[in-house]
Amino acid sequence: MNFFNELWELLKRNIRDYGMYIALFVIMLIFAIATDGVFISSRNISNLLNQMGYIAVLAIGMTLVIVIRHIDLSVGFMAGFLGAVAAIALTSWGFPVWVVIPMVLLFGVLAGLITATTIAVFGIPSFVATLAGWLIYRGALLQATLRTGTIIIPNDTFNAIGNGYIPDFPLEGFLPDLHKLTLLLGIIGAIAMVVSEIRSRKNKMAYDFDVPSTSIFVLRLVFTVVLIGAITYIFAGYNGLSWTAVIVLGVTLLYHFLTTQTYLGRHIYAVGGNPEAAELSGISVSKITYVVFGSMGFLTALSGMLFASRLQSATTTAGTLFELDAIAAAYVGGVSSAGGIGKVTGSLIGAIVMTSLTNGMNLLGIDISTQYIVRGAVLVAAVVFDVATRKRLR
Amino acid sequence: MSVPILEMKNITKVFPGVKALDDVSFKVEKQNIHCLVGENGAGKSTLMKVLSGVHPHGTYQGEIYLDGELQTFDNTRESEKAGIAVIYQELALVPEMMVYENVFLGNEIRNGIRVDTNEMIKQTVNVLNKVRLDVNPSTKIKNLGIGKQQLVEIAKALSRDAKLLVLDEPTSALNETDSENLLNLLRNLKKEGVTSILISHKLQEVISVADKVTVLRDGLSVITLDNNNGEVDENVLIKHMVGRSIDNIYPEREKEDFGDIIFEIRNWSAYDPSRERDILKDININLRKGEVLGITGLMGAGRTELAKSIFGNPDNYRIKGEMYLKGKKVNFSNPGSAIKSGLAYVTEDRKAEGLILIQDVKTNITIANLKRILNNGLIDENAEIRDARKYTDSLAIKTPSIEQKVLYLSGGNQQKVSVAKWLYVQPDVMILDEPTRGIDVGAKFEIFTIMNQLVEEGMSIIMISSELPEILSMADRIYVVSTGRITGELQKEEADQETVMRFATM
Repeated sequence: MNFFNELWELLKRNIRDYGMYIALFVIMLIFAIATDGVFISSRNISNLLNQMGYIAVLAIGMTLVIVIRHIDLSVGFMAGFLGAVAAIALTSWGFPVWVVIPMVLLFGVLAGLITATTIAVFGIPSFVATLAGWLIYRGALLQATLRTGTIIIPNDTFNAIGNGYIPDFPLEGFLPDLHKLTLLLGIIGAIAMVVSEIRSRKNKMAYDFDVPSTSIFVLRLVFTVVLIGAITYIFAGYNGLSWTAVIVLGVTLLYHFLTTQTYLGRHIYAVGGNPEAAELSGISVSKITYVVFGSMGFLTALSGMLFASRLQSATTTAGTLFELDAIAAAYVGGVSSAGGIGKVTGSLIGAIVMTSLTNGMNLLGIDISTQYIVRGAVLVAAVVFDVATRKRLR
Repeated sequence: MSVPILEMKNITKVFPGVKALDDVSFKVEKQNIHCLVGENGAGKSTLMKVLSGVHPHGTYQGEIYLDGELQTFDNTRESEKAGIAVIYQELALVPEMMVYENVFLGNEIRNGIRVDTNEMIKQTVNVLNKVRLDVNPSTKIKNLGIGKQQLVEIAKALSRDAKLLVLDEPTSALNETDSENLLNLLRNLKKEGVTSILISHKLQEVISVADKVTVLRDGLSVITLDNNNGEVDENVLIKHMVGRSIDNIYPEREKEDFGDIIFEIRNWSAYDPSRERDILKDININLRKGEVLGITGLMGAGRTELAKSIFGNPDNYRIKGEMYLKGKKVNFSNPGSAIKSGLAYVTEDRKAEGLILIQDVKTNITIANLKRILNNGLIDENAEIRDARKYTDSLAIKTPSIEQKVLYLSGGNQQKVSVAKWLYVQPDVMILDEPTRGIDVGAKFEIFTIMNQLVEEGMSIIMISSELPEILSMADRIYVVSTGRITGELQKEEADQETVMRFATM
């Protein structure tokens, strides 16, 4: 009885965090049933994650931008433009791929810092500054592709980012239908997770702090391991982990780590929570603005290359509406427009929710017009849920 | 005896987990000034929110009678219509709009589909006369001082024929002159038939203006006293508010011998480019180790500007002059460098500038000195919990847990979190800007006790305050600021209210 009470309390207290996972689960369940399981087939899930990669990385960057009370509308066409720059560098300039990728990422950071300068130094509202960026990068993209139109990228290494999968052990006959390296990585990930959880619990107990009861703790571990196992199994069933998934996973882990474990993360959330108080606490608000927009530019470049690589070309319309998809994903993921609240993991889930909707409805052959309406409704519902739970909880 | 203008009977209001009001009965006679006092969290504001319909009928138990008639307000519009006007601490004026537009906000006089600007201006002049405010009705609110804004707010209420004015701590942000003006206005309005309910922490003001005083404590109405019989004095009120008598709200301090000068500024001047004027002129002050230095002056004299100009100058004033800390000449380019050198600044406005309200207690305590909990460059959350517990315990911060958001703490406890945050940087010099603003008697006593402990341990404190009694009791030495200049320096023994006021108005 006690166990269930504790579980219930835990669920109630963290409903905001768990709510999104539950919503994602429900959406997936509905589509799985409606499509007779096609939706949760290895092949489809793998595709789905590859489809959302370029939005997911943008959503993660956008999370921090919204947390510090700004917005960035320029990221869509900036991604398109930087994708075109990568394509031109690979084709016309003939640069090798290992030069092009870091170079374009650097361009992204610089572009982000320029945006930050207009906001931090000149005090222009970010909405206006990045709306200008939206226009400028759209123009830049059109100019870059003016003479050639769509630029085909013939580089296999580059194109693997958006379409390729990690290699496998050359073991013939051993588990022939599964991707062995993916399985191994999944097992390592699960073990690492369990070890770090146990260690953190021991650490807390050494300090004599409250920890959840053993049964709850074990339940959570089992749940996490099963989840990792299920995801690994799905990936292993079809070509294994894609490079896109590896990148998204890496970016998520990096940003999760930065925001939760480092002083930089604390400073970002402090600036978002109360910029005046942050400044008087010795935190430079303008420095944080530079860091956050610089990171946004970095991820925009990454997004642009993911997209160009996926299409194996740079097009004149690349990046159209990416910014709004990223903003929507962040809001679905629980970011607050008042600033100071929002997790990068939430935004990743938000991106998966939005892409799942598109993917599932496509499988069901639902008309695009209906799809927009459904996605709009889900966005509103997610934010209403968020606001309602925030009011109730104290 | 006539029918009371307001009678609230057996009001009980329960929030999840808390009984904010427990069977409170409250009666206000016509043409009275009825004061409502009590510690923070005693239920004063909740009672007024029940009255004004912020908490609609049905969410509380009990009955409200206005002029003997039962009222069931579903929202604030209905209570306004019935003649109740509530003026909150945070004024409900639109800074960018003009005085007359604010007076008629939501209640515009119409001529067809157009608003009748001329008629509104004419009527605004009339109500401004009633509150004795002489400003052009077409002035923007943001160009008025806080005292005048307060009067506009009252004029707005009068323009709607309010019978019952409720003022929630109207003088907490006003200087002595403006406060006195406001109280006189209430006295005059009383003669003209307006009844007022005044919520205030300033007991002297209550005693000077009230006909009746009701004391609330922990959601109960403790007692209603008749001030006209002379049965009210400060000690009686405090006794009822805290439920015990506090002999001296200013705790004694043992040590009296100070060390060397630890902090000094010389020929310190500042110009504020955004206001296009000099805000500080040729200021010289010094502070000794273990001393509580008081800085006082009227609102707008430049006290907070002085503190901010010292503390890394976040508002980008143009500063001339020299600053010395521990014998070394220093120059702070931002608050961060001031903190590193050993300064701390507990801000005047803890909500706007001091705390991150949406974050929890522990995050707020550690934010200005995360270095202390870094472990290999990463935040050690366990060390953070340990430290936060230590500071909440030693300052007796009342919070359900250190994971509670600061937003949900009472004013006094928020202030203690703010102090804890700055103690966590282990400063040599701590600037406390209006440390007792908006907190109750008990919490004030605790803040003063903490200050005494700190100076006994060798810290030096600059205490900025406009509350004369507290600065006279707490400070070892007092500088008086007026229009950006130091007009007087007084030792504790030679300082009294009259002398300080004389310097403050120089």
